[in-house]
Amino acid sequence: MTGSNGNSATAGANASAAGGAARLMPGYWPFVVPALVIVVAVIIFPWAFTLWMSLHDWKLGFARSFVGLANYAKMFGDERFLQATVRTIFYTVLATVLPVVLGVFAAVTFHERFPLRGLLRGIFIMPMMATPVAIALVWVMMFHPQLGVLNYLLSLVGIPPQLWVFSINGVIPSLVMIETWQWTPLVMLIVLGGLASLPTEPYESALIDGAGKFAVFRHITLPLILPFVMVATILRTIDAVKSFDIIFAITQGGPGTASETINLYLYSVAFPYRNIGYGSALAVVFFILVVALSLAMLWLRQRSRWMLAGE
Amino acid sequence: MSELILNRRGFLAGATGLAAASFAGRPAFADGMNWKAYSGTSLEVTLVKSPRADIIQKFLPEFEAMTGIKVGFEQIPEQQARQKQVIELTSGHPSFDVIHESFHVQKRLFEKSGWVADLEDMLHNPTLTAPYTTESDFSPAGLAYSRNQVGHLRALPQSVDYWVIYYNKQMFDAKGIAYPDTFEQFIKAAEALTDPSKNQYGFVARGQRNANVPVFTSFLLGYGVDSINAKGELMTASPEAIEAAKMYQHLLTKCAPPGTIGFNWAECQASFMQGQVAMWLDGIGFAPPLEDKKRSRIAGHVGYGLMPKGPVRRASATFGDGLSIPAASTKKEQAWLFLQWACSPKLCRDLVTTGSGVPFRISTLNDPSIRKELTMPQEWLDVVNASAKVSALGLPVIIPVTEFRDTIGVALTNLLSGGDAATEMKKATDTFRPVLEQSEKA
Repeated sequence: MTGSNGNSATAGANASAAGGAARLMPGYWPFVVPALVIVVAVIIFPWAFTLWMSLHDWKLGFARSFVGLANYAKMFGDERFLQATVRTIFYTVLATVLPVVLGVFAAVTFHERFPLRGLLRGIFIMPMMATPVAIALVWVMMFHPQLGVLNYLLSLVGIPPQLWVFSINGVIPSLVMIETWQWTPLVMLIVLGGLASLPTEPYESALIDGAGKFAVFRHITLPLILPFVMVATILRTIDAVKSFDIIFAITQGGPGTASETINLYLYSVAFPYRNIGYGSALAVVFFILVVALSLAMLWLRQRSRWMLAGE
Repeated sequence: MSELILNRRGFLAGATGLAAASFAGRPAFADGMNWKAYSGTSLEVTLVKSPRADIIQKFLPEFEAMTGIKVGFEQIPEQQARQKQVIELTSGHPSFDVIHESFHVQKRLFEKSGWVADLEDMLHNPTLTAPYTTESDFSPAGLAYSRNQVGHLRALPQSVDYWVIYYNKQMFDAKGIAYPDTFEQFIKAAEALTDPSKNQYGFVARGQRNANVPVFTSFLLGYGVDSINAKGELMTASPEAIEAAKMYQHLLTKCAPPGTIGFNWAECQASFMQGQVAMWLDGIGFAPPLEDKKRSRIAGHVGYGLMPKGPVRRASATFGDGLSIPAASTKKEQAWLFLQWACSPKLCRDLVTTGSGVPFRISTLNDPSIRKELTMPQEWLDVVNASAKVSALGLPVIIPVTEFRDTIGVALTNLLSGGDAATEMKKATDTFRPVLEQSEKA
């Protein structure tokens, strides 16, 4: 960043843009209308309606009544919701950290030149392209404690059979394993893009200075790709916190409620239980959680840029 | 509340009375029914994806040729279909004129919401009703499900699902054990046939939350108790329920394959078809794949056993499906013609002979000639007929059935993780009670 010069240049550009917009407004504002209509219809209205529904006691098929914030107050005493919240955080952390760490490792690996690199890279990203429900059905069969291939593979190396998603303790790690398998390639692609854009000079200097491979990675590569890693982390976090399809198709939140995240719980409340009022309140809280998380991640990303600029 | 909740006995008693009344007071239907009365019109049918709907779809051109009515037909997976129905029926402008109704889940909701049409007038109209659409030809359980609280027909009962025990004859023969007749013998047989060192287990049934509740109620019925009694009181924490829960816990933790806590019917069926399990308790509708030599290692060796007798009674948990017409439909007459055809003796016959389902229609099941066309073993039909005699509703007829299944289901999965039966059942019952009370006040 260039300090005050940069700021004044930005301010000048903004003023110019504002002036331009003001000049264009009278003749061109109707062109905004189609986009405005769509935004109101598919974003603003649904959210306003969800907010309105969350203030009512409303079960589909029956009369509704205004209850104010009672649905929100109910959440504090709802054991299933509180457990789902803790579970969502646990699941999100695991389903973000593992793909990011492995994705960075895979990107650095595939950045190196070796025979069949292109082919292997193509194979590596295949899980990302598969349909989640199709993946879920295949994994369910592989997880089966007696008939699944995973336990067979474990038996070949002398490890006793596991229960995978068919156990209360094993279900979240098993589901995270699928998320990791499916979404590590996305992280890899993002970071690989970053690696391709890095300058070569710092590496040449490090080579002359006699730096080892790990030192080069730690002190040059990692800081330079940090903004890309942060982008991947933001995308992964938002995706993990909203995860629904894989969990629903494999466990439906079970065994018991051992893999029931907020998303699955609010689905149960709103649809199978038809409790639209409480379901909407859960959706609002969940939305706030996702937005807060996204803002925090964006702030962290910005901070990583500042750190780089500072260095 | 007690006036509003119907229990099994009330249902059966009421239905029997209504069936008897139908013998006495029904007018003889004229042969002058005109199937072509609505020729040139159209009809929208939305059914739940199932072998029953496949049969209807297969023969749909026959209906269109017979009536001249053009039918728009779609099958939707069960969960999605239920959501679509609720949302569209709530809107007051459904896109369909005929819907599938899972009686054991939707009956009370559909009735109380006033979403489905009263069919009584059309039933009594000889120009609209075929001679074979007589109430007396549907089983009492089917009529109980399809009539509302004032005794009016509001659906046609299509198919019934009795819970039976599928058993592996080879495993029983190898151990010289006879098929059990009582709960006590049932538990002993399951224990004797369990040998984890050979990856062989005596019993399997659903452990997954929600799906597991009919397994528990199957045992509970044997203890002579319904999950909700005639006064509308929850009986899921009663001494009988605790005994039934202990039985569930014992069988699924001591005699079932590891991981049963996450099993739905598909995983149970897979284990049974691979020859790893001696007995599987589930609905009769899951039988056809067991006899498919390409899919099942035990095809030809499957026994079909009647539910063993409990300490108080023998009961086969029963579930049912039917077809209804939305109250907001503007094509009720055309839809009524479709309902009659879909539940006609011909389609009921196809249903049973292909093993796709068991009709509520008595004359079909009593017809000796269907045995010649049966693609399933004769034993399958024997257990169907035997189960019909000890049929009992497998779930309470209440609006929040899904919450009931989820709440009790969680307690049952907790039992499989070592929970105490009395504590878990009491906790689940206390959690669900306000939901039930609220639902009847709404």
